[in-house]
Amino acid sequence: MKKTNAVRREPFTDAQLLMTITIAIFIGMYLLAMIFLGGGFMHPQQVIDMLNDNVSLIVVACGLTIVMIGGGIDISVGAVTSLVVMSCVLYLNGGGNIFVAILLALGIGLAFGAVHVFLISYLEIQPFIVTLAGMFFARGMTTILSVNPQKVNHEGFANLRDAKIEIDWLGYTANNGNLIPARIELGVVVAIAIVILVFILLKFTRLGRGFYAIGGNQQSALMLGINVKRTRFMSYLICGLLSGISGFLFMMHTGAGNATNAAGMEMNAIASSIIGGTLLTGGVGNVIGTFFGTMTLTTIKKIVVSSGLNQPWWQSITTGGMLCFFILLQSVVLSRRAKKKKKT
Amino acid sequence: MQEESLLQMRHIMKRFPGVLALNNVDFTLRKGEIHALMGENGAGKSTLIKILTGVYQMDGGEIKVEGENVTIRSPQDAQKGGISTVYQEITLCPNLTVAENMFIGRDEKLWVRNKEREKKADEILTSLGIPARARQQLGDCSLAVQQMVAIARAVDMKCKVLILDEPTSSLDDKEVNMLFDLMRDLKSKGVGIIFVTHFLEQVYAVCDRITVLRNGELVGEYLVEDLPQVQLVAKMIGKELDELSSMGEGVEKKTVNNEVFYEAKGLSSSDALSFDFSIRKGEVNGFTGLLGSGRSESVRAIFGADKVNSGEVKVNGQQVKITKPIDAMKHGIGYLAEDRKRDGIIADLSVRENIILALQVLNGVFKPISRSEQEAFADEYIKALNIKTASRETPIGSLSGGNQQKVILARWLLTHPDYLILDEPTRGIDVGTKLEIQKLVLKLAEEGVSVTFISSEVEEMLRTCSRLIVMRDRHIVGELKGADLNQAQVMKTIAGGESGHE
Amino acid sequence: MSKKAAKKGFTAGLGQLTIPLVAIAILVIFNLIRDPSFFSIEIKHNIDGNSVLAGNLITVINGASELAILAMGMTLVTAACGGQDISVGAAAAIAGSVFVKVLKSGASINAGTVILAFLLACIVAMIFGAFNGTLVAVFNIQPMIATLILYTCGRSIAYWINGGATPTVDSGIVKAIGGFIPGVPIPTPVIIVVVMAIIFKLLFHFTSLELLTQSVGINGSAARLNGINPTFIKLLSFIILGVCVSVAGCIGVGRLGLINHETLLLDVEMDTILAVAIGGNNLGGGKFKILGSIIGAYVIQTLTITLYAMNVSSTDVKAYKAIVIILLVVIGSPVVKKKFEKFMAGRASKKAASEAKGA
Repeated sequence: MKKTNAVRREPFTDAQLLMTITIAIFIGMYLLAMIFLGGGFMHPQQVIDMLNDNVSLIVVACGLTIVMIGGGIDISVGAVTSLVVMSCVLYLNGGGNIFVAILLALGIGLAFGAVHVFLISYLEIQPFIVTLAGMFFARGMTTILSVNPQKVNHEGFANLRDAKIEIDWLGYTANNGNLIPARIELGVVVAIAIVILVFILLKFTRLGRGFYAIGGNQQSALMLGINVKRTRFMSYLICGLLSGISGFLFMMHTGAGNATNAAGMEMNAIASSIIGGTLLTGGVGNVIGTFFGTMTLTTIKKIVVSSGLNQPWWQSITTGGMLCFFILLQSVVLSRRAKKKKKT
Repeated sequence: MQEESLLQMRHIMKRFPGVLALNNVDFTLRKGEIHALMGENGAGKSTLIKILTGVYQMDGGEIKVEGENVTIRSPQDAQKGGISTVYQEITLCPNLTVAENMFIGRDEKLWVRNKEREKKADEILTSLGIPARARQQLGDCSLAVQQMVAIARAVDMKCKVLILDEPTSSLDDKEVNMLFDLMRDLKSKGVGIIFVTHFLEQVYAVCDRITVLRNGELVGEYLVEDLPQVQLVAKMIGKELDELSSMGEGVEKKTVNNEVFYEAKGLSSSDALSFDFSIRKGEVNGFTGLLGSGRSESVRAIFGADKVNSGEVKVNGQQVKITKPIDAMKHGIGYLAEDRKRDGIIADLSVRENIILALQVLNGVFKPISRSEQEAFADEYIKALNIKTASRETPIGSLSGGNQQKVILARWLLTHPDYLILDEPTRGIDVGTKLEIQKLVLKLAEEGVSVTFISSEVEEMLRTCSRLIVMRDRHIVGELKGADLNQAQVMKTIAGGESGHE
Repeated sequence: MSKKAAKKGFTAGLGQLTIPLVAIAILVIFNLIRDPSFFSIEIKHNIDGNSVLAGNLITVINGASELAILAMGMTLVTAACGGQDISVGAAAAIAGSVFVKVLKSGASINAGTVILAFLLACIVAMIFGAFNGTLVAVFNIQPMIATLILYTCGRSIAYWINGGATPTVDSGIVKAIGGFIPGVPIPTPVIIVVVMAIIFKLLFHFTSLELLTQSVGINGSAARLNGINPTFIKLLSFIILGVCVSVAGCIGVGRLGLINHETLLLDVEMDTILAVAIGGNNLGGGKFKILGSIIGAYVIQTLTITLYAMNVSSTDVKAYKAIVIILLVVIGSPVVKKKFEKFMAGRASKKAASEAKGA
């Protein structure tokens, strides 16, 4: 009896199960798109573009996943991204240094995270309200900085923006016979590095497990000897930091600042986390799932465009439908598991 | 004195708004002893424990561990000082694995070594005989196992002082014995254990010393052999015990009426296996059995609290359908749930609103009870049941456990039920209120109300019930009445084996 | 003793409203000092020749109408479900689109068609409310997540209904909904707010919905065992919010005489949730005061108009608003309250001690 116990694989935890479903659906959906839509979907560049266009969403969603695992929410991430973009653009155009710009980006992100968590953790104000105010503030500051779109005119930056990793064997031959290599932006490397780092943080560090503990049951976590306030502090701080990074990556991708940058990004990030299997109630989630959540969301949009549904409303309607599907799926899976638990 | 004192608490003071929760309380724990901390609800036991574990800060006094002054500001401080606690409610994280729950929050290292942890956890679990696996998600384990994981954690922390706050309330007898073995084992290793419980027998089974608190003051510290059970109860409630001892003989339990009020055939729900059951008007019957035997699930099926799958139900001879609580209520059935906090009180609402709630629901959405009527009802029952509350507008959450239970009772009494199901109405409440509730049950029966009474304490059921239904492994395995109604027979039937009722 | 307790209960009841009331008082005083004529009300003649009330105060009260109406419904959802509906703006756009679509499909616009259009808009909004409510009540999904779906695609659905355009309605009746009824000097939206508030008041007076909703919000499991159907109560709260949404949407259409799926009640969901929070309601559900949320809505609007009056541009308003909101919630936070009480108690005891010494 004991022997079999030792060998037996444990059943999936909630987080693993939800993540697996998402990854399977992403792969399935992409395969179907390859079979029925073909075209662009057959080229690796398609996936790479999906990454290129979404670096900042991926980074922001990672931060949000951490906060959500800890049982909180941060809806200011998109606005902070936008503020970072605008500040950095103006700073660079004023003749600034790129490294200082990076520090500025991180600094703004950290500052927002720190103020948020101070209000949430030490003054016990609801996170939704605090970060909502943070969102208003960041959006307002962005327009105060500049209502008009600003393009970066900075030499060093142009090099950074145009730096791309070219991989020949992933490329394809164009109609005129030229080989067009796959182009990966630098931001993608940073984003994937962040996903891996956050994965390690969540899985193998004391702090990361602490996030799960405070999200699972705050009172219990306290009794187990976890410094709940400090752990929560770190979760928002990291989220803020990632928002800062996201802003810089956003600027690297677009090369311009605009007051409407990253509009609605917070909701896209929340949606990515949810599709990836993070529960808003806290304690359950996985950053790899979040990554695939972002990719799934993007794939749906691409599929809609490729299938010829050209009216502007179809993208968000299908996104909504997809979100609905995943949310229902989560609910059904979890309630089934709960029932099974009851019986055993 | 030979024994070394391990923990000394001197002149502890704690004030809450409007109440002096602890007034100059002393407490001493020696090495290698199991020390029971006794008192009614509101006596200050939990406050004292919470001060010791850093949940509350004391307003005055001093704490010494092994002769050294310590200040405990947080649970972490307590853990570092070698003070571990296992609470009545599970205070682990259900979303983490068993191994993580055993080790989280204690290792100071930055990196977590999952494999190593799991191996170590499995070793500990095996050595303590706990039926859980290290990689299992804690939420997948039964409550009893979760409790034992909490104890395993505390044991592994090499604590000097182990506090067990009502650890046995969700364990069955076998598990309790396992726990006791564990406690004795730890005791022999020199750990001091503070044991808080409402079960008097358990105190005598395992403890060396007893400290009694009453109304936030120290009554005294006694060796177990110097304080017989009756005297212990007297010290706890601070009054003479004629009432308690006379209760068993003095009350006549007779069925007033022979008419059957409720009858079910083949009733089953999502949680209860099919069973037959009937109760007469004015009868008090009980469901007994070990935890998990299906006693609560069965009465929940009667009330329609879980999804009802099948069964023929007759109320007053009329065939009826009861699939939801509201159906049962309309047929004059009331149900006081087992878990008061989860299923009973509406914490933020006032005593008044909590009292009128069921009646209001029964009246329907479109017939609200007027404010003045509500107040009259509330005042009437606060007086009748002697509910101790600052006012009828006090939120029920700030009342003591016993008084909360009385409010819930009042809620059901107000609906004037014909049949009242009381699932563990006396759990976790003080002796005085327990007696009041038992008396009330008998009084109701005299008035012709049928009552089903469930309690973990068999003695209590023997005192009140005229018929006991015994359950084991989710089946009814016997029905005891008349001369069979004694502790020995009940135990026999619960345990099976020699029982002739199968 | 009982009198004292009753008094305490009264101040506790007011306690929830203290912060929004004080906030509004401070804003008013600030404005009066800044510009004594800020709150002067005059009677003007509008383009149609009606004599109507005008002035900053009227602008505030009028402008907050949609917010106040949505806040009423949101309070109920918050109380019952312990979460918020973030799709109200999108749902209002849908309701507005249906309203316009029905009006446009008829030959002429008269009182009958307007009522019919409103009823249909109402039904559609209630159906979307029921959709959100089903996800929340039946599938046990947190409200914010459940309504994220409609938040994502609601405005696109409205665009779809409009057929990719922003149709205008040219009708006196529709204009009157967002403006003034001929002969009545009070803006119609304000009248609608009053009517809605009265309907809610009556609803709570003639039914026990308030008690049931609070019970479900505080402890759903216990509520169920007392015969309440929590699923139904939650669903109902969303359906009632649906009604509020359609009313707000129709007012929005009436104000502009057209439906624009992008801009109609833009960002109103955030303001609505804020109104509920500023009104002292716990966003985690349970006890609630609709009056608090209404006052909260006016606080937000007063703030906005004050900022406009100080020549802050409409895009920058958000930043200043955020600061004021944080100030408000910080003052109202339990920790600050406790600290303040402790401080006062400390002073009182010091005073008592010094008095005792003196004696």
